[in-house]
Amino acid sequence: MRGEGAFPVRLRFAERGKVRFISHRDAARAFDRAFRIEALPLALSEGFSPRPKVSFGLALSVGHESIAEYMDVRFSEPVDLEALPARLTAALPEGIEVTGVALLADRAPALQESVTAVEWELEVAKIDESEVSAEEISLRIEALFETKSLPVNRIRKGREDIVDIRPALTRMSVIESGSVGIVLTAEIATQPAARPSEVVTVLGEDLRAVRVLRTAQWIERDGNRQEPLIADAARVSEARAS
Amino acid sequence: MTALWPRIEPLLDRVEKPARYIGMERGAQVPIHRPDAVSWLLVYPDTYEVGLPNQGLQILYEILNERHDAAAERGYAPWTDLEALMRSRSVPFFSLDTHKPAGEFDVIAFGLAAELVYTNVLNCLDLSGVPVRAEARRDEDPIVVAGGHATFNPEPMADFIDAFVIGDGEEVVGDMTEVIGAWKRSGRVGGREAVLHDLSLIMGVYVPSMYEVEYDGMAIREVRPRYPDVPSTVDKRTIADLGEWPYPKNQLVPLIEVVHDRLNVEIFRGCTRGCRFCQAGMITRPVRERPLEQARTMVAEGLKRTGYDEVALTSLSSADFSGIGELVSGIIDGQEEACGNVGVSLPSLRVDAFTVGIASEIQRIRRTGLTFAPEAGSWRLRQVINKLITEEDLYAAVDGAFSQGWRRMKLYFLIGLPTEMDDDTLGIAELAKNVVEIGKRYTKAASCTASVGGFVPKPHTPFQWFGQNSSEELQRKVGMLRDATRKGGVKLSWHDPKATMVEGINSRGDRRIGKVIERVWRSGGVFQEWSEHFKVDRWIEAMAAEGLDIDWYTTRHRTGEEIQPWDHITAGLHKDFLWQDWQSALAEHGLPDCRWTPCYDCGVCTDYAIEHVVASPFAPAGGSQGTGQDLSIGGAVPVRFLSKPGVGVAR
Ligand code: SF4
Repeated sequence: MRGEGAFPVRLRFAERGKVRFISHRDAARAFDRAFRIEALPLALSEGFSPRPKVSFGLALSVGHESIAEYMDVRFSEPVDLEALPARLTAALPEGIEVTGVALLADRAPALQESVTAVEWELEVAKIDESEVSAEEISLRIEALFETKSLPVNRIRKGREDIVDIRPALTRMSVIESGSVGIVLTAEIATQPAARPSEVVTVLGEDLRAVRVLRTAQWIERDGNRQEPLIADAARVSEARAS
Repeated sequence: MTALWPRIEPLLDRVEKPARYIGMERGAQVPIHRPDAVSWLLVYPDTYEVGLPNQGLQILYEILNERHDAAAERGYAPWTDLEALMRSRSVPFFSLDTHKPAGEFDVIAFGLAAELVYTNVLNCLDLSGVPVRAEARRDEDPIVVAGGHATFNPEPMADFIDAFVIGDGEEVVGDMTEVIGAWKRSGRVGGREAVLHDLSLIMGVYVPSMYEVEYDGMAIREVRPRYPDVPSTVDKRTIADLGEWPYPKNQLVPLIEVVHDRLNVEIFRGCTRGCRFCQAGMITRPVRERPLEQARTMVAEGLKRTGYDEVALTSLSSADFSGIGELVSGIIDGQEEACGNVGVSLPSLRVDAFTVGIASEIQRIRRTGLTFAPEAGSWRLRQVINKLITEEDLYAAVDGAFSQGWRRMKLYFLIGLPTEMDDDTLGIAELAKNVVEIGKRYTKAASCTASVGGFVPKPHTPFQWFGQNSSEELQRKVGMLRDATRKGGVKLSWHDPKATMVEGINSRGDRRIGKVIERVWRSGGVFQEWSEHFKVDRWIEAMAAEGLDIDWYTTRHRTGEEIQPWDHITAGLHKDFLWQDWQSALAEHGLPDCRWTPCYDCGVCTDYAIEHVVASPFAPAGGSQGTGQDLSIGGAVPVRFLSKPGVGVAR
């Protein structure tokens, strides 16, 4: 909807701590309420039961944290972008924090289709709680990248499929030893995609993810790589570090 | 204080809906537990999604936390997946707000809305490391309290609960805090017996261990207080003026979807329509309305604070509120200020044109379903139960609704009511079919769901003497209705007659049922109101093992002379009033609503020196339901609203 005076905004937010246990849908409802609490002028869809024009990016699984979630929302009139992050953060559940907003350019493509790559920080440990070294994980990563295919079982709509996730893995490396296990970073494409749990599985059936944090999402267009807040922005406003 | 969070957190990756256990809702409190204050853990013994919206618990949570001498947190029964992990790792039952072990609280208080949660109470206590039987508790164990409508017959739970709250909890929790606080600060002088004795002297508190029950075979011979100062009859507690208690002020906004996920504003408490099957109506007399202005403020501020887009105006019959028209139109007119559309829902609608008028104002956009509760299939039987809805009224309401765009009607009925004959039961199918017929005049998509539940006689009602139908008899009636509704566009849904039987055992059970509850719990029977966990065999076996006869407790008609297990508890209703009303029921005589006609002295107002708080001296206009009065005088309540665009959807 391109209505008169429409004010399309992209938000970046973090979801950390206990609140990671809510679902993607729960987070959407929390935003819905936050917009009402702050009495923000949401643009509504036409029709029998008008709905706010809000669209979320990639879903975040229950239990996963993120500092790089995005959503698009359309206001019916201009709002103060500088003040918006703090206002929303105050109205959202503890742990959800709006860290940046951008006025979207006209005709910006939908968030969900635009994102081409996602970066994760994963802390992995042995399931049997035995020690694992950074070197060992590094070696396993090297071995992964030497293979041609990495088949995993994926259950989709109740049906089990075998999917090759090798094409989705673009970059992986160990960062440091964490409090429980080894922290690594992984960059995963979205077409085709791989899930963090699947990445851990191919790294070793003896491993489990202790912590999963989405650290970035990227939109790549014409060889240019940008974070979604910048990619389609007419104007950007970052929240002050808190 | 020990926070259990670090031990709970690693378990949550492995359970369904982990956000049930994190707390942090808007409105949640993080109380500081001072050693000289009394700490309360308020527990709703069912899942988080069912328990969180409970308004009683939320009201007490706020009232206690406002006191300088108390601190209150909340707890909900963990689902079986988490419970198994907790037991295998010795993680005890915990509070949601600070994840503190339940056993470290001074008081664990359970809200008992219905009987099937009883075994969950035992499970929560056991998970807390607190002895499930009251007699085994030591001085340092928490005081175990229970409140809620089910406690009007406390006896089945008497073995497990130290003190029951009978009636409104708003004032009682303060009195109890003072008694328990003084005892705690004294170094628990006199032991548990002393504090329980003191609690039993508070009006509205029943301490079962202060009473001895003597039997004569199966019959109760006498219930005797063990001390001369302990009251022989425990009176319910009633707040005289709802306007003094504008709670909850900060309704909790859950992070996950729950039942009744909306702002709830209680507009009045009590109901004197006098439906004879309805325990809630009988035990909450008299009617106490919230001042219109206060209700308005609670709605406006609540919506602003919570961000909800729906408000329910709650009570036992919301269209009876004197200011209902003004309140509803005010919310609808206030839409511009609110962000987007606000839906209004009115639970428990009356069946009449007035109600359809209100509903059509608040459900302007999407008119899908509307629910009415005629409760019985024939006019004769509706006179017996004093739900005086004429067929003309029902059809007029339904016609009005279909003509204004509704397509689905839901009708609630009870089966197994006193004096019910098969013709009455079949009348349910007849009514529902006629409703579909009426609907077809307006839309092909017209449908009607008839929802039937087996009747369980409740204590403190005129039907407390009635022997309920056996589960076989209820099943036969369900079968009859299924045959009768195979054609005609009626959908039939029904409550499991076996669950009805178990409710009956507990509803009018005595202290001997406690051992049955314990056996069912020990055999793994938790979450009994969830069909996937309910197994009637557990109850049948437990009753047999205790040598108790299910029929004696459920299907037997009781005599006027026998002592009922709850006779030493009173909701203020005179026993001869209840008996007289039972006789009137059998004679098929209705009884008017004392809000708008002279008092017939049921006992409540006269004994407790309280009275109705009702703004309008007239019965509502537009329908006949409930009273048999000349309702033409009821024009004082406005039935028309200003048209406003952009009104939301209500359920
Ligand atoms: S005492 Fe009278 S006015 Fe009060 S509830 Fe009973 S009948 Fe009604």
